[in-house]
Amino acid sequence: MELTGAEIFVECLKEEGVETIFGYPGGAVLFIYDALYKQQDKINHILVRHEQGAVHAAEGYAKATNKPGVALVTSGPGATNAVTGIADAYMDSVPLVVFTGQVPRALIGNDAFQEVDIVGITRPCVKHNFLVTDVRELATTIKKAFYIASTGRPGPVLVDIPKDITVARCEFHYPKEITMRSYNPTYKGNKRQVRRAVDLMLEAKRPVLYTGGGVVLSGAAHELTEMTRELGFPITETLMGLGAYPSMDKQFIGMLGMHGTYEANHAMHKADLVIAIGARFDDRVTGNVDKFCPDARIIHIDIDPASISKNVHVDVPIVGDVKHVIIDLLEELRSRTERPDPAALAVWWNQINEWRKVNCMKYTQEPEGPIRAQYVIDKLWELTGGEAYVASDVGQHQMWAAQFYKFNKPNRWINSGGLGTMGFGLPAAMGVQLAYPDETVACITGDGSIQMCIQELATCLQYRLPIKVITLNNGYLGMVRQWQEFFYQKRYAMSTMDTQPDFVKLAEAYGHVGMRIENPADVEGALKEALAMKDRLVFMDFVTAQEGNVYPMVPAGAGHNEMILV
Amino acid sequence: MRHVISILMENEAGALSRVAGLFSARGYNIESLTVAPTDDATLSRLTLVTRGSDEIVEQIVKQLNKLIDVVKVMDLSQYSHIEREMMFVKVGVEKNSACEAVKRLSDIFRGNIIDVTDKTYTIELTGDSSKLDAFVNALKEFRILEVVRSGSMGIARGEAALRA
Ligand SMILES: Cc1ncc(C[n+]2csc(CCOP(=O)(O)OP(=O)(O)O)c2C)c(N)n1
Ligand SMILES: [Mg+2]
Repeated sequence: MELTGAEIFVECLKEEGVETIFGYPGGAVLFIYDALYKQQDKINHILVRHEQGAVHAAEGYAKATNKPGVALVTSGPGATNAVTGIADAYMDSVPLVVFTGQVPRALIGNDAFQEVDIVGITRPCVKHNFLVTDVRELATTIKKAFYIASTGRPGPVLVDIPKDITVARCEFHYPKEITMRSYNPTYKGNKRQVRRAVDLMLEAKRPVLYTGGGVVLSGAAHELTEMTRELGFPITETLMGLGAYPSMDKQFIGMLGMHGTYEANHAMHKADLVIAIGARFDDRVTGNVDKFCPDARIIHIDIDPASISKNVHVDVPIVGDVKHVIIDLLEELRSRTERPDPAALAVWWNQINEWRKVNCMKYTQEPEGPIRAQYVIDKLWELTGGEAYVASDVGQHQMWAAQFYKFNKPNRWINSGGLGTMGFGLPAAMGVQLAYPDETVACITGDGSIQMCIQELATCLQYRLPIKVITLNNGYLGMVRQWQEFFYQKRYAMSTMDTQPDFVKLAEAYGHVGMRIENPADVEGALKEALAMKDRLVFMDFVTAQEGNVYPMVPAGAGHNEMILV
Repeated sequence: MRHVISILMENEAGALSRVAGLFSARGYNIESLTVAPTDDATLSRLTLVTRGSDEIVEQIVKQLNKLIDVVKVMDLSQYSHIEREMMFVKVGVEKNSACEAVKRLSDIFRGNIIDVTDKTYTIELTGDSSKLDAFVNALKEFRILEVVRSGSMGIARGEAALRA
């Protein structure tokens, strides 16, 4: 039977098993919306309040489930509003398929109403993109888009669909499989390299496992945990990798990098072997590359060959899917009779425990003093048993959330790492809550960040998403202020929010519950009360210490052993 | 170091701008670039000349391979290979003496004069880039009106071949 392009679009989503999509309508996608209307029992469309929110929500959904997130927006401004989210997904390797409407083919290039060259605009920040030029190619293109987005190193794929294609008709046929001569990701690691890696592991005296978002994306948390225990090595995670290894385990030495722990950064600095898994040696992790891991040989496991030896020279590269490679490493390890040198490891652990004694994350919550952001997160962690999904915005609160909410499971820490997008938190939390309606989803945010996508509070009401919004309100663009304090002699240029809305009233105006918490003594009670409201969004405005700083810190340009403590 | 990189890619709208965009976005330099379809009409072959350290060129090749439209990449500099570039030069020959001299130089460089007017000669010349440079240099004393160069294209010697 012949279908219209719009009907084909909906059929393709069904074929891909897509249940939820995030979007916002407009002229160029009216036929698509009409087709979706007729099948609303099959595909749950979430109407956001800004296209940026649609893409972040799709990201949140994808980060929590490891399934591709889907967004649908109109041409022109709809498409440009989606760009920030697309760039965000690109930096964090989030599997995403974004559909944009386009003006009819005959008008393309004419500066038509609501025309932008979104394929051109997004080219540098997508894994791939397509302009559909023939309705007979629509189904295959959508199949390719999902395939590319979710295989290899995942990423966003954009499909631009001219309006006339959505009314054109053709026979619908969805390809069962797709092969592309130009795209064949490598999953299995090279055997010889796996053996070499195990050789190095067995020789190491001061090894460190340094793992990143790739472990989460590959669904390899279980395998990583098994291998780490088998080896008995210390393990540190990047901001993107938190939760892959249980944070409460004694082998976990905390996050590394700019706001990582003293023990993790010092261990990296002194290591003789660094085993990097699904991590990309980002500048926030390495600090000054000339001072990075001066004594270490480096093994790097990554699905993306271009990540290997990009910033730091690698001795044993293994290109492959993290999960596959860890399974092979474990098998190789178990086939050997030798084990890592227990005496050397004991000395190494003694050293690490010395560093731990510095207790680099200590803070005091004075009973009368202002609320410490760290304290709020500590309490949230306690009350949720470390089991909540936590979406975060960008700033000091994000770093504190990463430091103080100790994740024991992967896919629970949902944040914008690579792009650092303020405004990510609330819509991302929506995506998570829609994927897991019965789970506790918290959004840890700042007084600056929350105002970047605040309009999504309306979406939360429409779909009854009982997110717990935890605003750590320091009256500042805190992270900016911190840098100005440290590096610009306290000239706080434009980092003060001189006026703020009354967040309680604002939350109420959107139909939610609002709370303002000013005393440390009230923190725990308020959190309990909010968490108990299973069917309501609660917006908690915690008035926190204004000039708190995130410690410890590796200043830009410094080495891991040159941390500022307090 | 100078590298000649051959790229086999899908003959699709946008593929060329993905390659060019990659170079500008990552700050790699393009010395020359030439592209046309191959015997297989679904594929284009692009030859790109760039300069960079071994590490940079290794990154360039990896990043190119990562582009979905790119089917295969070959750094010809790692093979024994042949390079050719084509050039048109239009020279003013108002003076009679110039006609003779330009004709003689063109012969020496094995060029062809492909267009003649009473005021101009247009010469076609093929060779590697340094030969073309040398010819332009030799013509310096005349009035050069236009130089059109195709950019280098390259192919490996013998069995080595870039195929899908
Ligand atoms: C969209 C966007 N604009 C600007 C920045 C730069 N920036 C990084 S952190 C920050 C301050 C965030 O303030 P707030 O949300 O109040 O968090 P805090 O640091 O105070 O916890 C800014 C402006 C950014 N990351 N994203
Ligand atoms: Mg703030």
